[in-house]
Amino acid sequence: MAGGTTAALEARGLIKRYGGREALRGVSFAAAPGELVAVIGPNGAGKTTLLSILAGILGPDGGELALGAGAVGWVPQQAALYRRLTVEENLLLFARLEKHPDPRASVEEMLALSGLGERRDEIVARLSGGNQQRINIAIGLLARPSVLLLDEPSVGLDPRRRARLWEFVAGLAGRGTTVIFSTHDIQEAERYGDRLLVLADGEALFDGSAEELREAVRREAADGAAADRDFETAFVAYLHHRGH
Amino acid sequence: MRWLLLKDLQILRRSPLQAVLLVLYPVLIAILVGLAVSRGPEKPRVAFLNEVPANARISLSGQKLPTANVQQRICERVECVRVRSREEAVRKVEAGDVLAALILPEDLVDKINSLATFTPGTPKVEVLVNESDPLKSSAVNDKITALLAQANLAIAKRIAVEGGKYLNLVIRGGNLPVLGGGIHILGLQASAHILAALEPALPRGPLRVALAQVTEFATEAGENLDIAGPLLDRLAEPIAVHKVAIGGSSPPLETFAIAVAATLTLAFVTVLLVAGSLALEREENAYPRLTRGLVSSEALLGEKVLLGVAVGLVVTILMLAGLTIFTPLEWGRFGLWLAAILLGGAALAAAGAALGAVAREVRAVSLLAFMVTLPVAFLSLVPSGTVGAGLFDVIKVITAIFPFKPALEAITAALEAGNGTIGTPLLHLAILVLAYALIARLALRRFARV
Repeated sequence: MAGGTTAALEARGLIKRYGGREALRGVSFAAAPGELVAVIGPNGAGKTTLLSILAGILGPDGGELALGAGAVGWVPQQAALYRRLTVEENLLLFARLEKHPDPRASVEEMLALSGLGERRDEIVARLSGGNQQRINIAIGLLARPSVLLLDEPSVGLDPRRRARLWEFVAGLAGRGTTVIFSTHDIQEAERYGDRLLVLADGEALFDGSAEELREAVRREAADGAAADRDFETAFVAYLHHRGH
Repeated sequence: MRWLLLKDLQILRRSPLQAVLLVLYPVLIAILVGLAVSRGPEKPRVAFLNEVPANARISLSGQKLPTANVQQRICERVECVRVRSREEAVRKVEAGDVLAALILPEDLVDKINSLATFTPGTPKVEVLVNESDPLKSSAVNDKITALLAQANLAIAKRIAVEGGKYLNLVIRGGNLPVLGGGIHILGLQASAHILAALEPALPRGPLRVALAQVTEFATEAGENLDIAGPLLDRLAEPIAVHKVAIGGSSPPLETFAIAVAATLTLAFVTVLLVAGSLALEREENAYPRLTRGLVSSEALLGEKVLLGVAVGLVVTILMLAGLTIFTPLEWGRFGLWLAAILLGGAALAAAGAALGAVAREVRAVSLLAFMVTLPVAFLSLVPSGTVGAGLFDVIKVITAIFPFKPALEAITAALEAGNGTIGTPLLHLAILVLAYALIARLALRRFARV
C-alpha cells in the first residue's frame, strides 16, 4: 500500500469461484485515501469480479475485505441510468434513495461537479456516452463515498471526452476520494493511476507504480529493453515473463 | 418505494407510444364491447322471392285457414331484400349483396294442401347460398333451416288449431260454415243423448239391442275423442322445453361481456407494464445499483406490483365508466368493484413480475406476457361441456394457476348482484399474489447475471 497511511480499503486473499472456475485466486491489496488505483489485466483476468466484490454486488467465496469509514460508491461499466429520465431526475431519484436530507442541494452539487448543470433538463438517452458516464459517476458519488469503484469508465469515449473524464476523476481523488478503476487501456492506467494492480487469471501479479513495473521488466524479463519502450510493450513483456 | 413509483410513472409519461397504447387499448375494448352489448346482432340480408299467389291459403277439408304469416315471421328474423325473379335472387347471392336467397315457389300452398289428399305432394322452398365462404355458408344454412323450422311449426300449429275446431264440432256439435252459410252439425254427444232417449220407446228385441250398441258407441266416442283435442295440439309441438338452471346463476350476457372486457384490460395493462418495467431495471443496468443497499429486492417487487395495480385500476375504472355510455352499471357496488380490481390487479401484477424476472429482457418479456396472457384468457372463456371432460380438467388447472379466471369471476360477481360469490375468487387471487411474488423473488436471484 502506498503511503502507509490508514487504508480506505483493504482486501486479503479474496477468492471467487464460478462453478469449477476460479475467477479470483487469493487477491490481496490495499488503497489509501485519495489514491488512484488502476486494475489492469487481460480479458478474463478477474477485474470486474474484483470490483464487484469490493462494491458488494458479489460475495467472495474466501478472503476478507476491510473498509474504512465511509461508503463505497460503485460505477458499473455500463451506465446504470434511466435513459428516459432527465439528468436532474436521475440524480434526484438516487439522492432521494440515498436518503439525503436535502436531495435537491445534492443534485446541484453533483451537477456542478459533473459540469452538466446546463444540461440538467435533457433526457439522458440524448446525451453523449461521455456525458452519460459523468452522470453515472455522479450518481456513484451521491453516496458520498470514501472509495469510488469505476469499472472501465472510459470505454467508448473519444479521446477528448476521455481526457475530460479523467480530469473529473482526478479532481475527486484530489479531494480525498480513493478511486479504484479497471481499464483495458494500459496507457491510461499509466497516466492516471497512482498505483497499478495487475491481475491475470484471477491472480494478482503486481501491485505498485508504473515506474516500478518498468523496473521489474528491466530486472526480470528476458526482453528487458521492452521496459524502455512504450508502457503497453513493457506491460506485455511483464505478462509474458510471468507466463501469461 | 414512492420515489421508484414516481420514477416509473415519469418513464411511462416519457414513453408516449406505451402510454397511448395503455389508454387507447382499453378505450377501444370498451367501445367494441359497448357496441356489441348495446346493439343486437345484425340481421343477415336474405333475398326473398314469394311466388305464392296472394290469395292462396292453406285449407283443411276444403276450408281455408287463416294466414300463418310465414313471410312476416321470416322477415322479422332476417333483413328481407325483395326480388322479382329467381334470376335476380341468384345475381344478388353471386354478387354478395345478400347472404342467401329464399324462394317460396308458386305451388307451395297447393303442395301443402295436397298433404291432406290421397295424392300428397312434397312442399319445398328453395334456398340459394353462396358456398365460396364455408363459415358464412354454414351460418346462413343454420339460420335458414331454423327459420323454416319455425315456419313449419307455425303452420302445424295453425292446422292443429283448425283440426281441433273440427274435432270439437264432431264431438259437441255446432255450425259448420259453408259457402257463406252454415250447416248444423249435431255432434256425437247430442246424438248419444237422443239415441238414449229413444231406446225405452223401442220394444225389447234385436232392434233395441242394436240401438243400445249405437248409443254406447256415440257416448264412448264423444267421451274418448275429447282427449284427441289436446293430442292434436301436442302433435304440432310434441316436445316442449323445460329449462332448469343448475350450478349457480349465470350473469346476464351484457354483464359477462363487460367483465371479460374489464379483466382483459386489467390483465394486459398490468402484466405487460409490470413485466416490462421490471425487465427495464435490468436493461438499464439499474437493478444492481438499486439493490446495493438502496432498495431491497422485495421492496422493488412491491413497487412494481403497486405500479401495475395503480395503473390497472385507473385504466379499468375508466373503461367501465366508458361502458356506462352503452349499458348501465351498478355504481352502488363500486366498493366491490374496487376489491375485485385491486386484488385481481395485484395477482396479475405479481404474475407479471414473475414473468419479468424470469424472462429478464424487455422484448422477451413482452412476447412472453402476450404468449401467456392471451391463451389463458381464451381458455378461461371455454365453457364446460364444449370440450372433452379430460381436456376441460386440464383447462381448469391451467386457468386456476394464472390469475385471469379468478379475476374474471371476481369482477363478474362485483359488477352485479346474483352473479355468484366474490369471496372465493378473492381468496384464490390472494393465494396467487403470494405464490407469484415468491416465484418472482426467487427468479430475481439470477436477475442481474449476464
